[in-house]
Amino acid sequence: MNILFLFVMIPLLMLAGLWLSKREKAVKAVMVAGSSALLALSVALAVMYLGERSAGNTAEMLFRSDLSWYAPLHIAFSTGVDGISVAMLLLSSVIVFTGTFASWQMKLQTKEYFLWFTLLSMGVFGFFISIDLFTMFMFYEIALIPMYLLIGVWGSGRKEYSAMKLTLMLMGGSAFLLVGILGIYFGSGATTMNVLEIAKLHNIPFSQQLIWFPLTFVGFGVLGALFPFHTWSPDGHASAPTAVSMLHAGVLMKLGGYGCFRVAIFLMPEAAQELGWIFLILTSVSVVYGAFSAIVQTDLKYINAYSSVSHCGLVLFAVLMMTRTAFTGAILQMLSHGLITALFFALIGMIYGRTHTRDIRELGGLMKVMPFLAVCYVIAGLANLGLPGFSGFVAEMTIFVGSFLHTDTFHRALVIIATTSIVITAVYILRLVGKILYGNHVNEHHLELTDATWDERFAVICLVLCIAGLGMAPWWINDMISESMLPVLQFLK
Amino acid sequence: MDYSQFLYMKEELSLVAVIAIILVADFFMSPDAHKKGGKPRLNTFMPILVLTIHTVINLFPGQAGDAFGGMYHYVPMHTIIKSILSIGTLIIFLMAHEWMAREDTAHKQGEFYVLTLSTLLGMYFMISAGHFLMFFIGLETASIPMAALVAFDKYRHNSAEAGAKYILSSLFSSGLLLYGISLIYGTTGTLYFDDIPAGINGNALQIMAFAFFFVGMGFKISLVPFHLWTADVYQGAPTMVTSYLSVVSKSSAAFVLMAVLIKVFAPIIAQWQEVLFWITIASITIANLFAIRQQNLKRFMAFSAISQAGYIMLGVIGGSPEGMTALVYYVLVYLVATLGVFAVIAIIEQKTGKVNMDDYNGLYLTNPKLSVLMTLALFSLAGIPPFAGFFSKFFIFMAAFREGFHLLVFIALVNTVISLYYYLLIVKAMFINKSESPVIAFKSDVYSRIGMLICLAGILLIGIASIFYEVIDQFSFGI
Repeated sequence: MNILFLFVMIPLLMLAGLWLSKREKAVKAVMVAGSSALLALSVALAVMYLGERSAGNTAEMLFRSDLSWYAPLHIAFSTGVDGISVAMLLLSSVIVFTGTFASWQMKLQTKEYFLWFTLLSMGVFGFFISIDLFTMFMFYEIALIPMYLLIGVWGSGRKEYSAMKLTLMLMGGSAFLLVGILGIYFGSGATTMNVLEIAKLHNIPFSQQLIWFPLTFVGFGVLGALFPFHTWSPDGHASAPTAVSMLHAGVLMKLGGYGCFRVAIFLMPEAAQELGWIFLILTSVSVVYGAFSAIVQTDLKYINAYSSVSHCGLVLFAVLMMTRTAFTGAILQMLSHGLITALFFALIGMIYGRTHTRDIRELGGLMKVMPFLAVCYVIAGLANLGLPGFSGFVAEMTIFVGSFLHTDTFHRALVIIATTSIVITAVYILRLVGKILYGNHVNEHHLELTDATWDERFAVICLVLCIAGLGMAPWWINDMISESMLPVLQFLK
Repeated sequence: MDYSQFLYMKEELSLVAVIAIILVADFFMSPDAHKKGGKPRLNTFMPILVLTIHTVINLFPGQAGDAFGGMYHYVPMHTIIKSILSIGTLIIFLMAHEWMAREDTAHKQGEFYVLTLSTLLGMYFMISAGHFLMFFIGLETASIPMAALVAFDKYRHNSAEAGAKYILSSLFSSGLLLYGISLIYGTTGTLYFDDIPAGINGNALQIMAFAFFFVGMGFKISLVPFHLWTADVYQGAPTMVTSYLSVVSKSSAAFVLMAVLIKVFAPIIAQWQEVLFWITIASITIANLFAIRQQNLKRFMAFSAISQAGYIMLGVIGGSPEGMTALVYYVLVYLVATLGVFAVIAIIEQKTGKVNMDDYNGLYLTNPKLSVLMTLALFSLAGIPPFAGFFSKFFIFMAAFREGFHLLVFIALVNTVISLYYYLLIVKAMFINKSESPVIAFKSDVYSRIGMLICLAGILLIGIASIFYEVIDQFSFGI
């Protein structure tokens, strides 16, 4: 059996285990066992992948297998990974693992919560191992629907509104996407939905590309918070429970960037170059607008959600720049933003669990009350604004350098506009840190609050280590993904 | 006369036998004679048993061929669609147990089974017709007992009213259909499906014939703008009859429409594709918009069924073999999902008399299993993976896309988002909303549970296991 199938099998087993477990302890045992197994599996996969590569295997995708599914329609369950997917699988498993611990205090309907949570992660893992348009789309949608109940039942604030908005907007995106996928399939004349085969044929007529590229790009872009389709993101993230925000901002939004890269640009490079400028403008707006919006928010989660819009916009921005360095930066940014934003949401969830407010006007002086959480919050903030030594710096630096390689005015102007987001990010992060962590306490009751428990500390430390690791030693991940850019770059002039 | 040609119609023969057995058995085993503790056990078990036997022995397709000089035309695909209809009827029989055991219906249990199976027999003949006369007789056999079924709870005002509405609109549509058929006869001089295409040249009378025929079928399938009877009848009819109408009756009519269009009207394909294009858009969109505002779940399901009929038309429009496969597959998936929803609606109505969406608030806390079934069935109807509905929607879109209907597919897809909204409203009621007086926790009877399990298994497995699609694909045909 192919090792990649385990990424779907383990969540399936977890679902079965959760279904059968009666008590809360059993539920948690299943979750810990399952998410640790996934983490171990993705680390093992990374090691095996690097081993194969150093042994001289130069295939586009490794660990390939094709399981014929709907033979009359040429649909197969094709799996395979390259460096980018391995990196994304690593990210996903880290977030699922830490998300499990961040949900440790979940009291309401624990079993159902983790059932949907696991289904969501199954969709994510399935998406990253698939290289077949049909299964990619299927797993993409599997990952979307659990969000509705996760936010609607276990969320906070205007949860029903947010859940419905998020679900409908993302499903609307996937409607665009499905048309795009069918257009790609029939336009290419391929007898398989395998992405690699379609790319190899490389014969989607240019006139058709001009229709299917925008549809596909917008379809994935909605999930990547592309302006003006980003409005689900702040509401959704603000209302979702902690671990769901982590998974959603950390991993699910990366499905958008990954899909744009792997499907839209890989399969329709000519249209991407022709129409890229429209989306470049939109992503630049995302980057700057998201950052500005974050300044004026007063809810901690909204601040971080808008910051996510800004940083995920940077991913799409880099993808559209279509140079090798920019692509590398995009992947690094996906990893970096995934980890940082997950850490942020985890910390916000922990703070909210104690203070029962996320309004920054009602918070203050938390450094004295909960030093561990506060210090980690500072770390997350600094990583987010791109302090050297953390992953954010590496990613953003690579993106801007890669983008500036274009010599024309249009691209360079956009890069300059996008760079301003660094400064704006610094404004809201530093202001936020100063306001809620330092200064005097605002609320008397907050003085009696406790610091993080063991499960919370564990989740947070895992994430901090990953962020610092990526920031200080980016070369190993760089080596892993750099070769995987080549298939996409070969058609780009 | 060659009696071996009767073998082509073994499905009909076996169904006639089933009806005869039930009729006779009902005669001798009326609940009064066999009452044990007030529960007429034998009378539920027996029809289910014989219908199961009928379904199982007719599961495998035979050889294609004609009987009675071409009046009756059999191809293996007919077995597939007939089996799907039988399974649907079987599930409905299982779930009707509780309703049938009720005091006011127990004494006419036999009638329910016989009437239902008679309509099924009519559909069988309609599906395998090779001549418009046979087709029309089948259609009427399917319609008239249906009206009696709709008015089955005749002491209830709603039910009687719905029966009257159904029979009137059904007769009207039959009249139109008949007029269309007569125009066909007038311009081509024959009613044999095989011979008509040679005489079709697309003149104005024939276009009119097609229009009348299509309007007549549109009534049966309840496509917009011929859907106005649907919501009232669905609401008024007993829930089991509603589910029969929305699943079995509609599916057979949709299949027959496709079969006639690609066979008889093949020469004027450009014209009927144009008509179907607009009708499909209207059905999906208008029904979706109406469904959003419904509070009564049976009315809600009526509009949902109209929009689903629009999706089914996506399989018809290309007239291709892929379209037919997608259509039959869609019908199968639609059947299990819709019956799953109706099972829950029926059982809650049976136990508490509640059918409004607000009554479902907080259902998950009291009846988790019913809520889960309902949720999965609704997800399947909305086309969410990994449930069967995703696959059927994907394939039917693919079939229409293959034939070049890109815009149509896009509009249909945008509509799936709207449909997701109103399906989610029910999910929201069950899982998220709180209720002061929730539906009490109860245990359903064994027959209903078997029915629901079949639906659940269908929802979960039909998509994942590709065998269903592949079997259907072997037998499909097109222009």
